[in-house]
Amino acid sequence: MPAVSKGDGMRGLAVFISDIRNCKSKEAEVKRINKELANIRSKFKGDKALDGYSKKKYVCKLLFIFLLGHDIDFGHMEAVNLLSSNKYTEKQIGYLFISVLVNSNSDLIRLINNAIRNDLASRNPTFMNLALHCIANVGSREMAEAFVSDIPRILVAGETMDSVKQSAALCLLRLNRTSPDLVPMGEWTARVVHLLNDQHLGVVTAATSLITTLAQKSPEDFKTSVVLAVARLSRIVTSAAIDLQDYTYYFVAAPWLSVKLLRLLQCYPPPEDAALRSRLTECLETILNKVQEPPKSKKVQHSNAKNAVLFEAIALIIHHDSEPNLLVRACNQLGQFLQHRETNLRYLALESMCLLASSEFSHEAVKTHIETVINALKTERDVSVRQRAVDLLYAMCDRSNSKQIVAEMLSYLETADYSIREEIVLKVAILAEKYAVDYTWYVDTILNLIRIAGDYVSEEVWYRVIQIVINRDDVQGYAAKTVFEALQAPACHENLVKVGGYILGEFGNLIAGDPRSSPLVQFNLLHSKFHLCSVPTRALLLSAYIKFINLFPEVKGTIQDVLRSDSQLRNADVELQQRAVEYLRLSCIASTDILATVLEEMPPFPERESSILAKLKKKKGSSKLPDLDDVRRSVNGSTDHAENTEATETVSAHSFTDKLNLNSTPSSGPSLLVDVFSDVSSPAATDMSEEHFPRFVCKNNGVIYENQLLQIGLKSEYRQNLGRMYVFYGNKTSTQFLSFSSAVTSSDILKTQLTVHAKTVDPMIEGGAQVQQILNIECLSDFSDAPVLSIQFRYGGTLQNIAVKLPVMLNKFFQPTEMTSQDFFQRWKQLGAPRQEVQKIFKAQHQMDSDVAKAKLLGFGVALLDGVDPNPANFVGAGIVHSKTTQVGCLLRLEPNTQAQMYRLTLRTSKDSVSQRLCELLSDQF
Amino acid sequence: MIKAILIFNNHGKPRLSKFYEHYNEDTEQQIIRETFHLVSKRDENVCNFLEGGMLIGGSDYKLIYRHYATLYFVFCVDSSESELGILDLIQVFVETLDKCFENVCELDLIFHVDKVHHILAEMVMGGMVLETNMNEIITQVDAQNKMEKSEAGIAGAPARAVSAVKNMNLPEMPRNINIGDISIKVPNLPSFK
Repeated sequence: MPAVSKGDGMRGLAVFISDIRNCKSKEAEVKRINKELANIRSKFKGDKALDGYSKKKYVCKLLFIFLLGHDIDFGHMEAVNLLSSNKYTEKQIGYLFISVLVNSNSDLIRLINNAIRNDLASRNPTFMNLALHCIANVGSREMAEAFVSDIPRILVAGETMDSVKQSAALCLLRLNRTSPDLVPMGEWTARVVHLLNDQHLGVVTAATSLITTLAQKSPEDFKTSVVLAVARLSRIVTSAAIDLQDYTYYFVAAPWLSVKLLRLLQCYPPPEDAALRSRLTECLETILNKVQEPPKSKKVQHSNAKNAVLFEAIALIIHHDSEPNLLVRACNQLGQFLQHRETNLRYLALESMCLLASSEFSHEAVKTHIETVINALKTERDVSVRQRAVDLLYAMCDRSNSKQIVAEMLSYLETADYSIREEIVLKVAILAEKYAVDYTWYVDTILNLIRIAGDYVSEEVWYRVIQIVINRDDVQGYAAKTVFEALQAPACHENLVKVGGYILGEFGNLIAGDPRSSPLVQFNLLHSKFHLCSVPTRALLLSAYIKFINLFPEVKGTIQDVLRSDSQLRNADVELQQRAVEYLRLSCIASTDILATVLEEMPPFPERESSILAKLKKKKGSSKLPDLDDVRRSVNGSTDHAENTEATETVSAHSFTDKLNLNSTPSSGPSLLVDVFSDVSSPAATDMSEEHFPRFVCKNNGVIYENQLLQIGLKSEYRQNLGRMYVFYGNKTSTQFLSFSSAVTSSDILKTQLTVHAKTVDPMIEGGAQVQQILNIECLSDFSDAPVLSIQFRYGGTLQNIAVKLPVMLNKFFQPTEMTSQDFFQRWKQLGAPRQEVQKIFKAQHQMDSDVAKAKLLGFGVALLDGVDPNPANFVGAGIVHSKTTQVGCLLRLEPNTQAQMYRLTLRTSKDSVSQRLCELLSDQF
Repeated sequence: MIKAILIFNNHGKPRLSKFYEHYNEDTEQQIIRETFHLVSKRDENVCNFLEGGMLIGGSDYKLIYRHYATLYFVFCVDSSESELGILDLIQVFVETLDKCFENVCELDLIFHVDKVHHILAEMVMGGMVLETNMNEIITQVDAQNKMEKSEAGIAGAPARAVSAVKNMNLPEMPRNINIGDISIKVPNLPSFK
């Protein structure tokens, strides 16, 4: 018999769903839904005595409407009421509604908690399970606080049913994820470890998940789990499949449990006890052997499950990194999979091999597969797989194969998917530098990078090539010759013009002997690109020209003519104009000696400090991205350099160093690339106010005010410069509020910046009832004050006055903007005026969780731009603040420093008051 | 940890969405659209894993999916889950649905959204895998149904309503589903798609 008989559906629900499906247009659908919502609302409001069946039906309808993407703003109370029903059906549907629709910071949590508490105490396993599920699904801090001490007790109590133990273990795990500080360690931990011996495999699986997470938190407390896990694993691996009955999946014994146990063992080093260690080795060998056995079933599920265990075993072998024999076997096994017809296995094999490549025992073995991997890069149809192949090539690269790998990556770059080009560019640049034996190869590689994928070459990459050329005199002549040749191409990328300008400005003299690249030819070549370039590149070229005057006195006249032309001296861009004027004057009045001193060749870049920085980063444990250290180092190196030369040079602020736009003032453009660690020193933490107002900066809904009588909830939505706020006044008492009135007041200044129009509300609120007020909001110009909601009502004869600061902030009128990395940097530089930027460095108020930070930034209203910042831990965002009169573009960058528990927030907008206000608002949120 | 479980059809219509981390309604819908966009443009017989979209957390998360007839089952997970393990879990989920609904098809998910949620709740809890044993799951679902039946009594819904609706002339159906062969057909899958 099927577990769900098809006839027991709800007719009303079925009819409603088919109505929706029959709707010919979106409008018709919305109309039908609104009709239904009105119907349900009136049913909920009116007739109090709805039976369980109707409640269930209406809740199901709401779920369906929610799934279609419509906001459900009522029914929560009814759902909470269903929780306290004694009927299973009603309770279940109530919990379902709550787990789908109630978010973790809902104001109903307290009521829900009461119901959960009752169910947990009920000793009815079904009810207990429902309650535990609800805690796990909502996972809020309030719930954690309320139940975190009860759950371990339920988990280890002798009389608890198996299914409840399972739920309790996972529930505790979930709370440990959301609020790790609350989960107490204690005498129960020892008993949890013993759950690994439980009869019921479901309980063991759940317990293993829990222990794996807790063991990462406090390895000492759970050390004994290793012995039990090995024993358990050994029993599963060696058992005949039938022993485990239901937990055998397509002839594989308990694959999920095996995977979990192998994960748990990855929390610890290899066991020291020799017997235990050999037992584990035996298990791992058995798992490797099983793959070679003929399959017990042709079904893909069989091999799938078997391989899931295998990959986890290989992960453990790699983690232990101590048994050369096993490592090589693992590598051979993965090698087989590299050519498997199953795409999934090829993908996973490439991924695991990346890890193997970093082990000294297996690095050589991995390298033998290079042809297969290169072939994968060329022939795989699936971009996911190709990306893994790039990762593996990067990981297996060393001095012996670097030329081949770099060449293959370069040729792949020409056809690579746009989404992974920048990553490949970085990888090629790092490999080329790391394994360069002769630097001519390095220079060729980088110039090729710029030629093939100029748009994806970030500034760090071309900064770096310049640093290297400056630091190594053996390559300077070659570099000058090569860029000169590359610049001959009719269309070349702007990045090439930058590199070319810089290198010829420094070392053009090394090739000037050849009449084909005489000073005048060099200058004409550079100048022919000038008009096609953006302002920063032109500025760089102007600096190259003044360097030319020093290098080649014979072209002085030509260059002075160019500097003197109106298009330079009267250029609309102040930076260009200033450079032209100053360079022209410099060339006219300074003697040759002075010129030679001022425009001397750049001194080598210091490298030492930066390697310390790289170490610092490694200590941070970002094992996934060691490559970026190098890039960072280069950036930091050049900043140091800028400061050094600043000190020695006597001339204007934009000496030649400026070509790289590396002003030493941290507030300007390139500071974006300066490392987080460099100047996180001034603590600017502000105390978080206990008021609810700040909580609404990054969200639109929630409770803004609550006392014994009244609860005020808000729901708001904003579009461009308009907003609508729904204010819900809930009477928490059982008696009426009379003469209820509420109005919005603003300061005189604010009135000119923001209009808030409030609809009137009923003067009476029944006991236990809720009324709604709509506020229409329009942003006229940017503002920093907030309107105040004044409420007055009579309760039991006394007049109550309440004033609440309404959370209408400037950031509510944000419209997120997506842009490419290049656009971002260009705009960032355009917003370089001193007051347009506001920066704040502050101490983290909350745990520094990148997901939370991300959610907050999205809630703040900006679009988050991936791949702009070289450090993936940083956030970069963009958006436009809309007001009636103006639109203000805003770029922001948030750099978390988990070691120092600090953030640095930098905001640039075209209007200084906006920068200021947004910074105030956002910096309080972390 | 599993961050989200999404089921949508070949046209991107959501049939089930379960988020184990809180997002607001709009973001949830955007995530569904983004995920559909990422998954649907992939050929059949490429691999079943890809990096998550921007909204769901980018490359720290993986989308693991299977495509059955008209439906995509997508699990968004972090690195603590075994890819193949999750792939098997999807299979267990679908096989369980198939057992519970007898040849499950897209319409079953539409008309019994609550049941699907309940079945899923027996398998995944708060983003963690709770139970993988199909018999155990079905036993639990059966027990729930018994309780429901005993409570429903006379108030139970008219029996044939749903099947009647299923056969109604729905304009969307012919495009989506070949009526003669609407079932997802799990057990006979030659290889996953």
